[in-house]
Amino acid sequence: MRIDGKGLIDRRKPISFRFDGQRYDGFAGDTLASALLANDIRLMGRSFKYHRPRGVLTAGSEEPNALVTTGLGPAQEPNVRATTLELYEGLMARSQNRWPSLGFDLMAVNDLAAPFLGAGFYYKTFMWPKAFWEKIYEPVIRNAAGLGALSGEANSDKYEKAFAHCDLLVIGAGPAGLWAAMEGARAGLDVILCDEDTQPGGRLNAETETVGGMAGAEWAASVVAELRAMGNVRIMTRTAVIGAYDGGTYGALERLAPEVAQRPGAARECFWRITAGQAVLAAGAIERPVAFRNNDRPGIMTAGAVRAYLNRWNVTAGRNIAVYGNTDEAHRSVRDLQAAGLHVSALIDARPHATCDLDVPFFAGAEVSNAEGRQALEAVEIRTAKGVEKIRAECLAMSGGWNPNVHLTCHMGGRPVWDRDIAAFVPQPGAVPGLHVAGAARGVFDTAGCLADGRRAARAALEALGRKAAEVDLPEAETARYDIWPVWAVPGKGRAWLDFQNDVTVKDVRQAAVENFRSVEHMKRYTTQGMATDQGKNSNVAALAVLADATGRGIPETGTTTFRPPFVPVSIAALGAGAQGKGFAPQRFTTSHDASVARGAPMIEAGLWYRPSYFPQAGETHWRQSCDREVQMVRRAVGVSDVSTLGKIDIQGPDAGAFLDMVYTGMFSTLKEGRVRYGLMLREDGYVMDDGTTARMGADHYVMTTTTAAAGQVMRHLDFVHQCLCPQMDVRFISVTEQWAQFAVAGPKARDLLTELLGADQVDLPFMGCGAVRIDEIDARLFRISFSGEAGYEIAVPARYGAALFERLCEMAEARDGGPYGMEALNVLRIEKGFITHAEIHGRVTAKDIGMGGMVSAKKDCVGKPMAARPGLSEDLREELVGLRPLGEIKELPAGAHLFDEGAEAMAENDQGYVTSSCYSPSCESVLALGFLKNGRARHGERVRLVDHLRGVDTICEVQDPVQFDADGGRMRD
Amino acid sequence: MTELTAKTPGAGIFPFEIGGITAREETPEAMTAIAPYKGREAEASAALEAAHGMALPAPGRSTGKAGARALWFGRDTALLIGPRVDASLGRHAALTDQSDAWIVVRLEGAGARDVLARLTPLDLREGVFKRGHTARSELAHMAGSITRVGPEAWQIMVFRSFARTLAHDLDSAMRGVAARAGA
Repeated sequence: MRIDGKGLIDRRKPISFRFDGQRYDGFAGDTLASALLANDIRLMGRSFKYHRPRGVLTAGSEEPNALVTTGLGPAQEPNVRATTLELYEGLMARSQNRWPSLGFDLMAVNDLAAPFLGAGFYYKTFMWPKAFWEKIYEPVIRNAAGLGALSGEANSDKYEKAFAHCDLLVIGAGPAGLWAAMEGARAGLDVILCDEDTQPGGRLNAETETVGGMAGAEWAASVVAELRAMGNVRIMTRTAVIGAYDGGTYGALERLAPEVAQRPGAARECFWRITAGQAVLAAGAIERPVAFRNNDRPGIMTAGAVRAYLNRWNVTAGRNIAVYGNTDEAHRSVRDLQAAGLHVSALIDARPHATCDLDVPFFAGAEVSNAEGRQALEAVEIRTAKGVEKIRAECLAMSGGWNPNVHLTCHMGGRPVWDRDIAAFVPQPGAVPGLHVAGAARGVFDTAGCLADGRRAARAALEALGRKAAEVDLPEAETARYDIWPVWAVPGKGRAWLDFQNDVTVKDVRQAAVENFRSVEHMKRYTTQGMATDQGKNSNVAALAVLADATGRGIPETGTTTFRPPFVPVSIAALGAGAQGKGFAPQRFTTSHDASVARGAPMIEAGLWYRPSYFPQAGETHWRQSCDREVQMVRRAVGVSDVSTLGKIDIQGPDAGAFLDMVYTGMFSTLKEGRVRYGLMLREDGYVMDDGTTARMGADHYVMTTTTAAAGQVMRHLDFVHQCLCPQMDVRFISVTEQWAQFAVAGPKARDLLTELLGADQVDLPFMGCGAVRIDEIDARLFRISFSGEAGYEIAVPARYGAALFERLCEMAEARDGGPYGMEALNVLRIEKGFITHAEIHGRVTAKDIGMGGMVSAKKDCVGKPMAARPGLSEDLREELVGLRPLGEIKELPAGAHLFDEGAEAMAENDQGYVTSSCYSPSCESVLALGFLKNGRARHGERVRLVDHLRGVDTICEVQDPVQFDADGGRMRD
Repeated sequence: MTELTAKTPGAGIFPFEIGGITAREETPEAMTAIAPYKGREAEASAALEAAHGMALPAPGRSTGKAGARALWFGRDTALLIGPRVDASLGRHAALTDQSDAWIVVRLEGAGARDVLARLTPLDLREGVFKRGHTARSELAHMAGSITRVGPEAWQIMVFRSFARTLAHDLDSAMRGVAARAGA
């Protein structure tokens, strides 16, 4: 029901929305919860397990009951708290966990079965047969009990992530936070002030208080205006700081205002990483409910929420309201309600010594023992020394006191400390370095105290930053005494709810203790208390108090469960913002990319690079046709392939040769200028890291190539070797992978092609020679190297000319019955030649394994050489690189298949090796494979059994030399 | 026969403007990595000063001005952007042509810093990252270089092959910032 008043809603801006299909009206400034209450909707959800009718309990992010689903299809978002959901035009919200409707939920039959469904029920009942748990019991249980559901479609909304930096981060914009921000800002700090609410002010927006001579909310607004005008303060509303991390880093989730989030290109949420020099935690406190029979009836709310709805949103859940509390705040609730013209039917103060000066039926030392009404509260039972009295109430404002929000202070292992005076846990000082706690989060519960505490915390932060505090007068504010009489659970029959979200009762916690789940962590897991979206914000302390009582221990000895980030639920979409589709990983495109795509080449990923698989021609319907043609084209005419993706590293300096001797197994300091040498690089542990060619361009100048996959790893390795192993060497290196576009031109007609391109004298290079050349006045580099086994060259030009040169090379090749070839053909050509890639040098092979033991120079030391001499790496019976050809009826030799002795059973104990690469070779007219076989080099000519358990292949093949085509290499040398 | 015409890394991708912020490709005549040899920083710096009018930059800083600028570019390395490097520097430093290796983009406009806040963890606050400051850092998954060249202007660089991803990520961040205008 909406009442008159000067709240923070804008009555000039009506907003219509839908809840469960029904149209309602509210105002700008409303939350869904306040707007529903304004429309007399008290039933907002069904409970998790028993499907009990539930209404809104709180007015903040701790809400356990009023969870709704918004949006449809890909934009569907479950478990949105109605208490933090801003009302906007066209909002469509649906209730959850009910069938067929919220008012008539057939699953509520669970509530009748409650005597059987207590804590541990599932564990005890669905034990047998074991296999039934995953397949039958769990799906059925999950279907019956639960929260909202995702749509199953990919999320269509945009999410952002962003970084922010400041000198002082203030978490929470209540009086303590506002004043801490003011102190920081006046001292000249860069300040970020975060608050999860839409409006700064904290409790000042919910109470009728005077600060600095004006209404609390007005004062908060004036401070915010002043802070905004200063220029060094960034105020982030709708932003919940969700975690404290190392080095002064905090995670925060920002919900964008609905009208902003609906704009094109806008994110729905932004996940912030805030790095702060110092921080002030002024996160306030959360009011705790009292456990009594049927304390979950819609209309029963925390007293603070009742005042917030009344004062901020001008709504009430009923005309007759009872108030039940254990501090002076109960009297404040009565005052506010009466001032608003509402009828307070009873004030029940748990404190026996309490007195009352208000015109209200007053019960001191009393308790609420039961609530009546099912879908809405109708009356409460009050138990006093004299007996039980029933009083009419549509709303009960209850309070068991306040729990400081210690959450963030515990994210680095800190444990909160029990404060007997306020019957609550307070933060352990210094629990998070650089984080100063202020205000209600530290157990200071009056406004004047909060302002002063905000100042104290800010000044501690200033001192830590070595900055001087400014002289600012504290505004005048109200002081209050916090006189609490702890009440956790009212004794009596029936179910008294502790955790509304997980349907955990006092009895469940006691049952856990009886069954010896006495540790608070065990109790939590046994009862599920403190799980799901509210993470027990409303129930943790009361539950452990009940547990303490049941186990005969004190509350501090019982302790709390572990607080972990996030403080409020964070969607995976926000955490992984931007990482969908093209945002998942960067894409690297070669200069020939567009030309390859234009020729119809399917592009495949090689690391981050995109490379052409093959270039289909008219009439080719299968990739093998294109691949076979391209292989034969290279063997018979000439092929062109973009090899720019291979890593290229420019190495210069007087010690460049010595440095290469250190990182390669072979000798490079003796390489002649104008020559290229193949090199093998070992990791420190002695295994092969990478291979490639290195060209000596000048006396102190080399250009190293790496494989595409290991380019980054090799660069990092070179940096490591230079910085850590040989810092004395005068050598400099830098990646030039992207500077040069490089193309392989291979085949019997390669020389003819390049003669036309460069002129005969520029092409006159010996095998493994290199040199600077010019094409049309452009400085280029030519290398006579081959990865195909044919007479081959690689030509490099500055990348700006790459696209044009690729086109020209293709044209020239096509004029010679050649053309471009892709990765598939490149792979076949190298398998025919027994050339290795990272399929073979996969990180577990030694130089000797791949038949390159002789390349480890005996004349010098190199990285990995000592470790490669370890017995396990140098012994004879290791698996060695071999070639394989099929002999049996089945001609497939799939990579990943394992090798066994002929006749041996195909099991792990008999494993002799495995296949790494496989292809159909048009040159050999056979399927070929490379693989590793125990003692393989001595077994050429032997028959072995090949089994691929995954693909169901079982065949016989013959062991061969890895080089299965042109064994003497004459084709590439001549 | 196809003529060997040059193509810039951002051809057909840049420029674009969203919400008053522009992303424009810059095409300096040359970019050269200058890595002084052991103990030769002073000589290299003097040679750079004599030939191009700027000293070698300290870590995190740049020297020179628009059109001829030297950025700190990593350990023992500076990147001369603009003029072709004078051969005299080759006596004191390894010189490596990087003219074609990077895409250089100028991001400019009110809110450009907010765009970068979505792409890099760097602290780019007014008083912290001043004009002329430079860093090698993460730029939306990519290893990049970021230099402040004006009050609302930033030069950002990534490897040439990343040009499209840079445009994609800038576009997304710029739209996100533009959508918040006035909020």
